[in-house]
Amino acid sequence: MEKNVAIQMKNISKAFGSKVANSHVDLTVCRGEILAVLGENGCGKTSLMNMLAGIYFPDEGQIFVDGKEVVIASPKDAFDHKIGMIHQHFKLVDIFTAAENIVLGIDEEGRYNINDVNSRVSAIADKYGFHIDPKKKIYDMSVSEKQTVEIIKVLYRGADILILDEPTAVLTPQETTRLFAVLRAMKADGKSIIIITHKLHEVLSISDRVAVLRAGTHIATVDTASTNESELTEMMVGKKVVLNIDRAEPKNPEPRLVVKNIRSVDEDGNEVLKGISFTANAGEILGIAGIAGSGQRELLETIAGLHPSNVGDVIFHSPKKNKPVSYFHKSYEKVLELSKENKFHYENGERVDFTGMRRKDIKKLVNDEKVLFDEDELIDLRDKTPLQIRELGVRLSFVPEDRLGMGLVGNMDITDNMMLRSYRKGDSIFVNRQKPKALAEDIVSSLEVSTPGLSTPVRKLSGGNVQKVLVGREIALSPKVLMAAYPVRGLDINSSYLIYNLLNKQKENGVAVIFVGEDLDVLLGLCDRIMVLNSGKITGILDGRTATKEEIGFLMTKTDGMGEEKHE
Amino acid sequence: MGWLNFIIESLAFGATFIYGSTGEIITEKSGNLNLGIPGIMCMGGAGGCLVLNYIGKSNMNPILIVLLGILCSFAASAVMGVIYSFMTVTLRCNQNVTGLAMTTFGVGLAWTIMAKLQQTKYLNTPKKYYRFPFSQNVTKWQEMGLDSMQKLGVMFFLAIIIAVLASFLLYRTKVGLNLRAVGENPATADAVGINVTRYKYIATCIGSGIAGLGGFYYIIDFSGSGEAYKSLEAYGWLSIALVIFALWRPHLTIVGSTVFGILFSCSSYITNISWIRTTMATKPLLRMLPYIVTIIVLVVTSIRNKKENQPPASLGLSYFREDR
Amino acid sequence: MNKQNTVKEPFIHITRRVSIKPVYSILIRLGAIVAALIVSGLMAFLLIEKLSQNPEKIGQYYISLVKGSFSNGEMTWKFFKNTAVLLCISLALTPAFRMRFWNIGAEGQTLMGVFGAISVSFYLGGKIPESLLIVLMFVGALICGAVWGLIPAIFKAFFNTNETLFTLMLNYIATFFVSFFLLKWVPSGNALGILEHGWLPTPIHNYFLIIAVVAIMTVVLFIYLYYSKHGYEINVVGESINTANYIGINVKKVIIRTMLLSGVLCGLAGFLIGAGLDHSITSETVGGRGFTAILVSWLAYFNPLIMALMAGLVVFLEMGAEQISQTFDVQGAIPKVIVGTILFFIIGCEFFINYEIHFRKSHKEEA
Repeated sequence: MEKNVAIQMKNISKAFGSKVANSHVDLTVCRGEILAVLGENGCGKTSLMNMLAGIYFPDEGQIFVDGKEVVIASPKDAFDHKIGMIHQHFKLVDIFTAAENIVLGIDEEGRYNINDVNSRVSAIADKYGFHIDPKKKIYDMSVSEKQTVEIIKVLYRGADILILDEPTAVLTPQETTRLFAVLRAMKADGKSIIIITHKLHEVLSISDRVAVLRAGTHIATVDTASTNESELTEMMVGKKVVLNIDRAEPKNPEPRLVVKNIRSVDEDGNEVLKGISFTANAGEILGIAGIAGSGQRELLETIAGLHPSNVGDVIFHSPKKNKPVSYFHKSYEKVLELSKENKFHYENGERVDFTGMRRKDIKKLVNDEKVLFDEDELIDLRDKTPLQIRELGVRLSFVPEDRLGMGLVGNMDITDNMMLRSYRKGDSIFVNRQKPKALAEDIVSSLEVSTPGLSTPVRKLSGGNVQKVLVGREIALSPKVLMAAYPVRGLDINSSYLIYNLLNKQKENGVAVIFVGEDLDVLLGLCDRIMVLNSGKITGILDGRTATKEEIGFLMTKTDGMGEEKHE
Repeated sequence: MGWLNFIIESLAFGATFIYGSTGEIITEKSGNLNLGIPGIMCMGGAGGCLVLNYIGKSNMNPILIVLLGILCSFAASAVMGVIYSFMTVTLRCNQNVTGLAMTTFGVGLAWTIMAKLQQTKYLNTPKKYYRFPFSQNVTKWQEMGLDSMQKLGVMFFLAIIIAVLASFLLYRTKVGLNLRAVGENPATADAVGINVTRYKYIATCIGSGIAGLGGFYYIIDFSGSGEAYKSLEAYGWLSIALVIFALWRPHLTIVGSTVFGILFSCSSYITNISWIRTTMATKPLLRMLPYIVTIIVLVVTSIRNKKENQPPASLGLSYFREDR
Repeated sequence: MNKQNTVKEPFIHITRRVSIKPVYSILIRLGAIVAALIVSGLMAFLLIEKLSQNPEKIGQYYISLVKGSFSNGEMTWKFFKNTAVLLCISLALTPAFRMRFWNIGAEGQTLMGVFGAISVSFYLGGKIPESLLIVLMFVGALICGAVWGLIPAIFKAFFNTNETLFTLMLNYIATFFVSFFLLKWVPSGNALGILEHGWLPTPIHNYFLIIAVVAIMTVVLFIYLYYSKHGYEINVVGESINTANYIGINVKKVIIRTMLLSGVLCGLAGFLIGAGLDHSITSETVGGRGFTAILVSWLAYFNPLIMALMAGLVVFLEMGAEQISQTFDVQGAIPKVIVGTILFFIIGCEFFINYEIHFRKSHKEEA
């Protein structure tokens, strides 16, 4: 079948400062086809497409639409050539309704009437099979609803060429299937679709042709029908990589963190955690799966003391049994107090009784590690602030989802970011930058962080390097519990595997690791157990070695029999 | 009828703020926090008075004199808006510092110009024209005991019209939708093909022009004194505060300004009532009232924290498309 | 193949600089100051009649600008004194600014400081030993400044009330507060004369002590902000409230503590003005320096050491402009025009330091 060429990009190059994003890329898209642009994170897929959408302007090269050379200097130019892009980070105005966002920026004849817009939006939605309420405000919408608004926004402008940047990253398997159905309907309608992705199975299931980019250059464009997963991987990464994560059997797992019936509400008073109970074991990776916004963030933040919860318990099992007292308590008074509660024994099993002993002798016994704890200690963390949790001696590390907005301070350098956790140490009113600096040097060299220097603000580092700095710092606290939310989001394959290895090493060291992920393949390959969250509730805890993707996908989206009937 | 007079007088006084805060709202809706409003209002006053200085005593048609005064006042302050936009939009300078420098510069230039003008030329005759229509039969109003009616002139009604029109424009038209998008999220606006730079420039210039009219109105119409320009800087700051009072809705500035006007003048009103015993020292305490009430409104809205009543999300930030 | 010759491309293309050599950034700033001086000369030429009639006097314009601060020893002392006072208020604002707490209420906080000092001297002057009086004035000034800084901080911490407008309103309230007391003290409505008690000692020179105090304060504040744990916390809170919560900083406490410091330092500035210079008070005592200080703090990127230079520059311009209006015998507010013009250039040149402009060459045809 002969196809008309819709867009041709010739010899396109673009650099940001000294960093080359694209160099001499050629790309062709035909009418009525779905082209997948495949490549690792940071390979220049998005910046290449941004040049079609008018966000960036190429340093070099030409763009042809329907065989005519065009200049796309602004998004408006792109729309004039009927090109529309759906960005990964949605570009929507929060306080506007869906329809207001859709109609934004269009020069139309006649008076502006929002009711007309509403009905036209509904018409488009019906044509391709979307569901949307035009009058709903964006801040009330779920991620997939927002994506729908973005797609309709582009269609409303009469775009014939749609570019979707990682559209499935935030969707459940079921939502993805629905999106792909819509894309096929649009293709049948004669539209050209470019889908940017790094997920191979999606490429194979939806696209007609695949263009592979690596490190800013175009490797090849092949017909999807004539290729396979391993060939594409090789083109994408450059060398054959084994996509397997080593997963050791957990060594004598024991409960480390027990969460019982946690409930919590968000700022607007909606219940986001509806009675969560689970146990995280030492020496095990517990995965958390779920649609974005099912309560993952709130759960981790509640445990870390950042999100209030008024019901339930978060019990930390402090492994003190048969460990010297001096490991945990430095204060003489505290030790004396605990001894009165009869909590200690000597190495030979004899009970400890300090009555009548001199202070000096007691101190010596304690410091010589002769005095041991009888039992593990149970510490309730609920409604403790992060500071209180640390003062209780609980070593809890947390790699939050929002790296530069929460985990790190973008404008500070690596050394100052290392200090975030430790700056309080010591009685001096001044900060000590010696140790953090040593730690920073250590992390930069051991995790191969590529940075111009320790004094570079971390926001200038690439996503992978930022994450290495953050994870490195959290691990340096030698935690007992390590929580990581989407730690590989936006990272290239090598960095991702580095992070997986770090998590595995922590697991082997007896840390209880909690891993919130979005890629089900990774969850299945890495975790010992997978807990599925669904609108603030646990719908199942599965064995990571036996569970299937379909099972998890079902648990992620199933609704209660008695609840509202949202599912079709 | 003293209290009615007092209310009307407050309304008339409030029009100064209607101009100032409507102008600032339009500017802020584009994401520009213009702290240069005090200077701009001074310049608006000086610009209008400058042209009246030449034509005020001529035989020109009064309507033309009124129009020219308004136009020049608008133009002078819009030029200040151009400077501000150039600094903050094109050169992406910090908006707060630029605004403060604008205030220094504007106040200085306006005072310098005003010191060179002759009150008899720019003020005495034109004042009558501007106070059309109620100034035509002063005696009638005096008989009714409503002297202040004569203070409601052309520019008072213009202020009301502008405020209502601005609300309509912002919340009922396509241009308004686009403008609000620029202030909320310029990257989004840019991505859908709205020319962010152009919107910021135009909104800031028109906003500044409208704010400048407030200065002109105060000098030529409400106060009608040769020293009036010296109080304008303070009223400029108050106009900025009123924006919050009005929750970024221009038509609400009419209400806010009137309340402000009442609170502002009540110190002189109350001290004149014989049965309330006051001393000289009470006056400053009463004059705190408008500021204290603003603080109360500020605190109450911040406690209620409603999404629609917040400032534009990207207020005060400059936009650079290639920032990643 | 393609015969289109008229492909339009953006002619000017702007990118953010990755880094800039210090030499260039200094050169750009110097260039801006030169350009500013030339343009300010043009402005003066347009506005000052004596100058537009005698263009040859333009040299005098620039000489006066320098003479304003450095014509003789006494003037130079005055220059350093003015710099010190302005710097003191700018420093007071800086901890709050580094926390992104946009306190524009230095005018009111400083005025309250002056009030605190003067009211102690008014009520107790002559009744207690002079040294005790000065200590009490000092305490009074700090307390008054602190209270004025604390009020908006508490509302910010607990209700997230917009601090910019809150502090702006407090400026006016402070003005009327002072007017109220002045009318109580001097019911006739006349100015409060110079008070005889509670004068700061004046070793070496009238202004020496003030300059020395501010110099020490600059260094101490620099160390506090850059090397202390408090300073580090201020930075974290300013950069991201989320991060601050995440590492267990009590954000409310930091906001209140920092604004307390800011208010106390404003109070100190007020004490220096009240006990060291004016020995009296009017509602105009601070005279806009609270607003100028915002500019100074900002121009210095909130760095106390650079701030000393910036305060000097601004005072130099103000005094120079004052001298110019004397030399050419002009009324109005010419100094403000000159200072404003020059500030535009100093602010504007940051663009050329942060961004790079590329002029695109015309597009090459391919065969």
